[in-house]
Amino acid sequence: MTVQSFEKGFNDKLDKELTIEPRDWMPDDYRKTLIRQISQHAHSEIVGMLPEGNWITRAPSLRRKAVLLAKVQDEGGHGLYLYSAAETLGITRDEMFDQLHTGKAKYSSIFNYPTTTWADMGAIGWLVDGAAIMNQVPLCRTSYGPYARAMVRVCKEESFHQRQGFEIMLTLAKGTEQQKKMAQDALNRWWWPSIMMFGPADDNSPNSEMSMRYRIKRFTNDELRQKFVDVTVEQTRILGLEVPDKDLKWNEERGHYDYGKINWDEFWAVVKGNGPCNKERLEARKTAWENGAWVRDAAMAHSQKRKERSSKKEAA
Amino acid sequence: MTNSKNMSIQKLLYTLQIADNALILGHRISEWCGHGPVLEQDIAITNTALDHLGQARSLYQYAATQFNALNQEEKKGLFVSSALQSLIAQGKLLDEDDLAYLRDGWDFRNVWLVEQPNKDWAYTVARSFLYDCFNYFFYTELRNSKDETLAAIAEKSLKEVTYHIRWSSEWVIRLGDGTEESHKRMQQAINDRWAYTGELVKMSEADTAMLAEGVGVDLNAIASQWQERVASVIEEATLTIPQDTWMQEGGKEGRHTEHLGYILAELQFMQRAYPNMEW
Repeated sequence: MTVQSFEKGFNDKLDKELTIEPRDWMPDDYRKTLIRQISQHAHSEIVGMLPEGNWITRAPSLRRKAVLLAKVQDEGGHGLYLYSAAETLGITRDEMFDQLHTGKAKYSSIFNYPTTTWADMGAIGWLVDGAAIMNQVPLCRTSYGPYARAMVRVCKEESFHQRQGFEIMLTLAKGTEQQKKMAQDALNRWWWPSIMMFGPADDNSPNSEMSMRYRIKRFTNDELRQKFVDVTVEQTRILGLEVPDKDLKWNEERGHYDYGKINWDEFWAVVKGNGPCNKERLEARKTAWENGAWVRDAAMAHSQKRKERSSKKEAA
Repeated sequence: MTNSKNMSIQKLLYTLQIADNALILGHRISEWCGHGPVLEQDIAITNTALDHLGQARSLYQYAATQFNALNQEEKKGLFVSSALQSLIAQGKLLDEDDLAYLRDGWDFRNVWLVEQPNKDWAYTVARSFLYDCFNYFFYTELRNSKDETLAAIAEKSLKEVTYHIRWSSEWVIRLGDGTEESHKRMQQAINDRWAYTGELVKMSEADTAMLAEGVGVDLNAIASQWQERVASVIEEATLTIPQDTWMQEGGKEGRHTEHLGYILAELQFMQRAYPNMEW
């Protein structure tokens, strides 16, 4: 078969909404885009463990502590499936870690903001996981099979996390004055970074066009952002909290909420490494990896010794 | 003093002794979450933190029920912290969170081993291993307790603890019989944590009282099982058992190392700074 006929087979599959599988032929830029996106997603899960992990030892009740611990653990699990999905494209986990540690690979910028109060555990679950779900539900139908299947599992758990986060916010919002203040403060700090999680506006998103063409992405950044705003504003009403956007108003004609101007300078500053916690987050990942090197070496050496012993036994 | 404490108080202190071990060890292990040497192990060790926390919750819930059944005089005499004294004075019933978050260090009864810092993977593994070997035989026996609630908690916990002992034993072996560096580190960690193992099987006042009632476990009987199990794993790991170590103790009587204060400062911060709220 010629390259053209391979390509035709690939395009036919896309047109018929069939999934592309690891052994199928695929164009280089499809493979490259997927590796970039899936590894970035995996990195976001494990870097995302840090801001919430920050409150495990300080959770205000034993029940909340258990729920938070389980949630952060789930994120580690998501990282694991996603790294495995990326590995089917011909990259190793060690290579991906190396890209993360050297700054070549990105992760979601939202995790470069600090978690300064307990209410941030509510706001992250509600807003950040909420935004992630908007992004991820369409990915359950993304064209690459292993990624789509990983996302089905991830989305189920994420929606559980989102409800838990909302429940934390609701408890605070219905609590004492101090708790309500804590909840509003968290909403003020997490609202805009959450809106930015959908990425640059459509007219300024370098990778969007190709991703749409390959059915990796199913909706544009702005479409998803709008959907998130519409849903979340209603939830904020239930909480009795205020969205920190004075330009926010219902647009009857569009059937959507209009929202204020996004501070893209801040967005790009954080992407480029200048967020409040970029250095700490990367440092924490690198330290864990470097301090773990002797542990991984020991595990390898031990399993090698075991193999040698059992093959000696067999030979004897 | 021994005679003045009635059996309901002894049982409460006994329950707290087990609960505090679970909470404090779970707290320490949870500090690893997100920082493990490899993702699979990050997830695995977090799982054990969740198990310990779950066990602590069942035990504190039971301890709270026992506490609430005491008379006012007995309640007042038990814990020192003003936060608890004030709840007791108001006639409020205590719950699991009050016991975990509002007692001060001298009312915690966990052994010193569990409050020791994580330091590195070898020290963490050593602490878990030495404790899991105790906990496995302890819960195995506690299943026969005349107290139905404690027996039921033991039955449920034993499934988890059986996994813990397997996990930590495997790691002792892997590190001991791994590279030269891991061997050295594992041996050092076992040596340094060894001084905290005597207390695990030393009978406290509550241990003795509850053993006599058929509620508690005979720790002297466990001591030999513990030694045997630890020795066999250490041998397989090509490590050696430390000799002539001076054994430290005090946790079961409410005397602690400097570490506990910092653990509680973190653990209890929210409940202390924002008291009497629902979370």
